[in-house]
Amino acid sequence: MASLNLLIFVSLIYVAFLFAVAFGAERAALRGQGSWLRSPLVYTLSLSIYCTAWTFYGAVGYAARSGMEYLTIYLGPSLVMIGWFWAVRKMVRIGRSQNITSIADLISSRYGKSTLLGVLVTVLAVVGTTPYIALQLQSVTLAVAAFSQADVTMRPLGDQNSTALWVAAGLAFFTVLFGTRNLDANERHHGVVMAVAVEAVVKLFALVAVGVFVVWGIGGGVGATLERIDASPLGTWSVAPDRWLALTALSAAALLCLPRMFQVMVVENEEERHLRTASWAFPLYLMAMSLFVVPIAVVGLDLMPAGENPDLFVLSLPLAEGRSGLALLSFLGGFSSATSMVIVASIALSTMVSNHIVMPIWLSRQAGGAMVSGDVRSVVLLSRRLSIVGVLLLGYFYYRVSGGSTALAAIGLISFSGVAQFLPALLGGIFWRGANRIGALAGLLIGGGVWLWCLFLPSFGPGVILSAETMADGPFGVGWLRPYALFGIAGLDPLVHGVFWSLLLNTTALVGLSLFTFPTPMERLQGAQFVNVFDHTAGARGWSGGMAQSEDLMIMAQRILGAAEAQEMFRRAALAQGLEGYLPEPTADFLQMLERDLAGSVGAATAHAMIGQITGGANISVEDLMAVADETAQIMEHSSQLEAKSAELARTARQLRAANEKLTLLSVQKDAFLSQISHELRTPMTSIRAFSEILRESGDLDVTTRTKYSGIIHEEAERLTRLLDDLLDLSVLENAQVRLTLAEVRLRAILDRAVAATGASGRLRLVRRGAEEMVLNTDMDRLSQVFINLISNAQKYCDAESPELTISAREMDGLLIVDFVDNGTGIAPDSQALIFEKFSRIGHQQAGGAGLGLAICREIMARLGGSITYLPGQQGAGFRVTLPMHGAMAAQ
Amino acid sequence: MTDRRPLFLERSSYRQRRLGDAARMLPVFGGVLMMLPAIWQRGEAEGAPATSSAMIYVFGGWVALSVAAFVLARWLDPSVTEPSGDAAGSTRGR
Repeated sequence: MASLNLLIFVSLIYVAFLFAVAFGAERAALRGQGSWLRSPLVYTLSLSIYCTAWTFYGAVGYAARSGMEYLTIYLGPSLVMIGWFWAVRKMVRIGRSQNITSIADLISSRYGKSTLLGVLVTVLAVVGTTPYIALQLQSVTLAVAAFSQADVTMRPLGDQNSTALWVAAGLAFFTVLFGTRNLDANERHHGVVMAVAVEAVVKLFALVAVGVFVVWGIGGGVGATLERIDASPLGTWSVAPDRWLALTALSAAALLCLPRMFQVMVVENEEERHLRTASWAFPLYLMAMSLFVVPIAVVGLDLMPAGENPDLFVLSLPLAEGRSGLALLSFLGGFSSATSMVIVASIALSTMVSNHIVMPIWLSRQAGGAMVSGDVRSVVLLSRRLSIVGVLLLGYFYYRVSGGSTALAAIGLISFSGVAQFLPALLGGIFWRGANRIGALAGLLIGGGVWLWCLFLPSFGPGVILSAETMADGPFGVGWLRPYALFGIAGLDPLVHGVFWSLLLNTTALVGLSLFTFPTPMERLQGAQFVNVFDHTAGARGWSGGMAQSEDLMIMAQRILGAAEAQEMFRRAALAQGLEGYLPEPTADFLQMLERDLAGSVGAATAHAMIGQITGGANISVEDLMAVADETAQIMEHSSQLEAKSAELARTARQLRAANEKLTLLSVQKDAFLSQISHELRTPMTSIRAFSEILRESGDLDVTTRTKYSGIIHEEAERLTRLLDDLLDLSVLENAQVRLTLAEVRLRAILDRAVAATGASGRLRLVRRGAEEMVLNTDMDRLSQVFINLISNAQKYCDAESPELTISAREMDGLLIVDFVDNGTGIAPDSQALIFEKFSRIGHQQAGGAGLGLAICREIMARLGGSITYLPGQQGAGFRVTLPMHGAMAAQ
Repeated sequence: MTDRRPLFLERSSYRQRRLGDAARMLPVFGGVLMMLPAIWQRGEAEGAPATSSAMIYVFGGWVALSVAAFVLARWLDPSVTEPSGDAAGSTRGR
């Protein structure tokens, strides 16, 4: 008799062996020796996690209850793999080119990286998979219980829950250890895949061994067994056509949609060509797994006492026949089926939960936190680990709540139909560019809702969640919403009914809304990438084409970096690899270096995309394209900045030209002034010399004449003095040597003095208005000098018929503003810029000035902290004198 | 030699495309084959096949399909890509 202790001992040895296998595979992959890990056989065997404990134990029970119907569960996936050229190949290609990490990622990426879709798929997957995990825990628990019953030396195992808890904890430990060891970009787990492949061999071997024992050991050969089958209650074909069709379609859909199948089939896929082997080997594996199911069921029904759970025939038949070794093997087979499924499923679910629920929340709570890469990695790993533990705990609680009583097959099919809701969005996404996010969302919501209402909630049994009245009459008596008879169409098999309506409404919503809504640009871009994936990506290239790749890379690098630089760089890289010539092996290091160098020239995203295109390792993702667009935008911004700069330069050049013209003009004026001043100086000097000579040489002049002549001499001398005074004055002012005597004065007083000094009579009429009562703190002498100059200028230059000067004063913003506006013709615009320059004289009219007056005025106003400007736009010449009312004087 | 090379390539790529067609047709054929049991008589009805015959039919068909898939997988060139002409045509159509 098999003892329970032996069972536990063997199980622990087996688990230790699996740890060693996983550990060894991880080590080998790390050292790059994992070529045997990447064999198509390992890939095919890893696909066998489709066969869970439900298959191992449940299929026999299923056959014992419903005959050949169990075959649908394996026929569907077989047909899908035989038809790998349609869907699976495309999914794998998309998964590789887009770095897809889960089915939620695929659907969310396809529909414009929709977070909402990712969350929805994840939630539905967790809800659909939890019962399935509970089912595995239950099957191991039942198997252990069967052993403990058979073991007479042991007391009956009282608490089955502790077994389930221990199994769940052990699985969590294993999964965390090997499922979250590293955070690879492509999410491959060599250790786990290898362990799963080993378990696949064990479970096939165990089931076939039991089958061989039943057929040849008990049944007496193939012929006898077939006769026995025909004579049994399962003797004739009795499968309902609707269930046969619906269940085959459902299991086919499940192969594509189950998160764990997606994990091994797409995410863990090393090379696309592995699919070729899997396309025939996987159907054969499934065929072998289901071949002996009916014989075992028939013999079990024959030999085992009535009421024995047919789900455990695989185990209880060898036990009852006293073959404890075979029973032990069978237990290990079931154990393998359960554990491999739970491990891969929890890895897949934890990836989804972590990527689509935890990380978005975490990132949104950390403003700008994604910048720190190391930080995020640890958070991702932690969230994966917690998700794994969470998923297993959820499975355990479901097992405790459901009580582990329902037939295994029923839970499995409910779970299948839940994940099958992804199918319309999945197939629509990879075959139809028109499918869009709104359609996918609506389809998933409606399909998921119908599944929940018609299949999941009723699965707990009447009265647990849905009351018996609801089941019979619909919610609140609404008859057409009865969970087993939607729209009043009764009489269907409940499962077929639920699958039919959920998938029909799901697909209708997807197609209908996609037809009548418009996708975002991101969705359209992704849609084209997914649907036309074979146009964009060639098959995965091996390293054999390495040199050709290097050449392509070199051609590209020469274009971007320049021929000499690129050649030198390639030559150095080749030398570092120990190669002659200019073509190094395109190793990861070299590619990274090249990408970095190129990024310096064309931007990181463009460089990545370019190298990716040539090496064919990764297709351009939407992020790449977006980044390229960003860089282009940046370049455009740069160029517009350059444009602005060049405009500025042009402006400066214009200003310089203007300044140059002014300087030239000034120089001309200076020359003119020099001749003018020599003329001005010579004229009085000539008359002084002439008259003084007359006075000296002709002594017979009468008094009148002498007085007249000496008067002229005096007048001319005064004129000279005035001119020299002006020049001296200006020089002093310009060198800031002037001393100001500040005092409180009334504006009126200054103006009065200026008017008096200019001999205000004459022809010029003065009009004075405004706030002349203001008190200033200023140098009265200097300010009146300015006013005198302005008034005398008007006297000299105003060419009006009846000349008139308006002097108006006002205060504005703490400034005193005094305007002097006459009614003459004013000053021509091209001269306005020059009138304040030294030596400038407008026109050539002789007015006795030396052209220093306004220059002196400007210097004085600058010393007083104010300014004098020409005021254009008046009737005649206008000057504005501005002074601060209370401000400090600029001069000392 | 240079004249014959393109001809040779064309023939082989033509063959590859037809093999791809076969790979696409195989699951359809298999589906029809495996859905035949749905229209069998069943239970106590007259002419309902015995389970043993049903098993031989289903498992026999299963093995035959796998063998056909094996042969196709061997013949299909691993480097063959989707015929771009067909795909481009359908792209333009949308």
